[in-house]
Amino acid sequence: MSGCRRSGFRVVCLLFALVLGGCGNGAGPAAPADAPAGAATAEITVFAAASLADAFEQIAQRFEARNTDAQVVLNFAGSQQLAQQIRQGAPADVFASASGKQMAVAVDGGRIERGGAQPFARNRLVVIYPKANPAKLRSLHDLARPGVKLDLAAKEVPAGQYSLDFLAAAAQDPAYGAAYRTAVLRNVVSYEENVRAVVGKVALGEADAGIVYESDVVAEGADMGTLKIPADLNQVATYPIAALNDAKHVGAARGFVAYVLSAEGQAILEQHGFIRVGE
Amino acid sequence: MKGPTTRDEPRPDARVVREAMPAAEAESGLASSAGARSLSRRGRSILLAVACVPLIAFLLLPLLALVLRVSPARLLTNLATPQVAQAISLSLTTTAITLLLTVLAGTPVAYVLARRRFRGRVVLDTLVDLPMVLPPSVAGIALLVAFGRLGLVGRYLDLAGVSIAFTQAAVVLAQMFVAAPFYIKSAAAGIAAVDRELEQAAALDGAGPAQVFGRVTAPLAGGAMFGGAVMTWARALGEFGATIVFAGNFPGRTQTMPLAIYLGFELDFDVALTLAAILLAISFVVLFVVKGVLGRDVGREV
Repeated sequence: MSGCRRSGFRVVCLLFALVLGGCGNGAGPAAPADAPAGAATAEITVFAAASLADAFEQIAQRFEARNTDAQVVLNFAGSQQLAQQIRQGAPADVFASASGKQMAVAVDGGRIERGGAQPFARNRLVVIYPKANPAKLRSLHDLARPGVKLDLAAKEVPAGQYSLDFLAAAAQDPAYGAAYRTAVLRNVVSYEENVRAVVGKVALGEADAGIVYESDVVAEGADMGTLKIPADLNQVATYPIAALNDAKHVGAARGFVAYVLSAEGQAILEQHGFIRVGE
Repeated sequence: MKGPTTRDEPRPDARVVREAMPAAEAESGLASSAGARSLSRRGRSILLAVACVPLIAFLLLPLLALVLRVSPARLLTNLATPQVAQAISLSLTTTAITLLLTVLAGTPVAYVLARRRFRGRVVLDTLVDLPMVLPPSVAGIALLVAFGRLGLVGRYLDLAGVSIAFTQAAVVLAQMFVAAPFYIKSAAAGIAAVDRELEQAAALDGAGPAQVFGRVTAPLAGGAMFGGAVMTWARALGEFGATIVFAGNFPGRTQTMPLAIYLGFELDFDVALTLAAILLAISFVVLFVVKGVLGRDVGREV
């Protein structure tokens, strides 16, 4: 009898553990910033591309300091994931995307009016490698050397698409050629689902190199080496921002967008490695 | 309740009999009370069924919605695309390897947990439980810092020219880490429930320890071991967090179905729907065949 009870208890424990944590798949990178609940405050939810994490956290703090009745909740993830969430009706007030393509997805969903988005920042690509430089990279050409472990963002992610565009441009350039692109793509070991994951894997030393945004280098500090991509091959990512039509507090949402576009907001973005948009 | 006089009566009062043995009463079909008894029994069944409806509906509705959204024509077209075909084949291959390795390596652990008492047994038990409660991405990070290029063990493997991260081996390891505990716990429960006397009798008849396990213990614990294996396979099939962190995402090499669905969701909701429906169909068919046709005893233990 006691054996029976013990095995029954074990099965219950098993099921309990299963319910608790075992099947927690699909871990998304979204991490809303903690915001204390306020009764009369306007809470605005900002969906922002992963690469904007550090810059927008600071912008949100400054915005809240200037507008004491507003509270900003941030949700960071790959722009493609955020666009789909918005398409599916997720509650959001502002969308800051890393590419016009993902903004168009949100506009097509009807939650942002056509022409309602405006560019607020630009970003450029850069190659990063771990500080120890295990693959002894000296120039962009070394990326094509067999055996180099390259990590890119998936082509569904804006940063990933820009990386592929860079390689396509390199294929056209006589200094690199089509063979360069083929060799580089053969060196890819993984296509991450957001650009910060690429940064993470390179920082951990798991990958020999990665292609990320210049702003990501500023965020990571001095922990990695960089290889510049020449201006004629580099892709300029234009980041659009828009307030959603069905924002709970439209005024506050528009105010946030205005702040991002203001001189102060642009200065913060520049500090974090972004290129400001011309006034 | 009745007073003490009841206990002195040689034959209990008819009402007491009814209250004590309602089932026997209904079966014997005694005319006067049978009607009232079976009505409340039916009533109880109805009440039970009603109580079950919310959860069953909750489990059924999303699956039904998924099936209804996808058209069979699109399903077949998408099945033919290389990315989908690769993801399916990779998922099936890696989960099969995971299952095999789990049963081989996990059965001794299950036996020890079920049969042996030793110092630190609770620690071992907790250790086996841990992967089940850890968030999968945490498991992935842990595997990375253990077996990655600069990992605790990985760095020595790297010197020997063996790299694990970003390979199919990493996919299997990630799946094993999160799914093996299900088999181990279930098998341990099954083995513990086997009557020791039967094993002792076999030993007395001259069976060696291996024979005792193979011919007495394992067949008797088979239902639980089988059920645990099924849960392990199912968990491994759905594994995402640890896989994407440790093994990465590369179509054809490490992009299992859950990864393909996740990225497909972000590119094209339609593609994701199709992939999700395919995964659902595969899971349903395999589980159904395994439980219905092969797993006659599974219901007893799991």
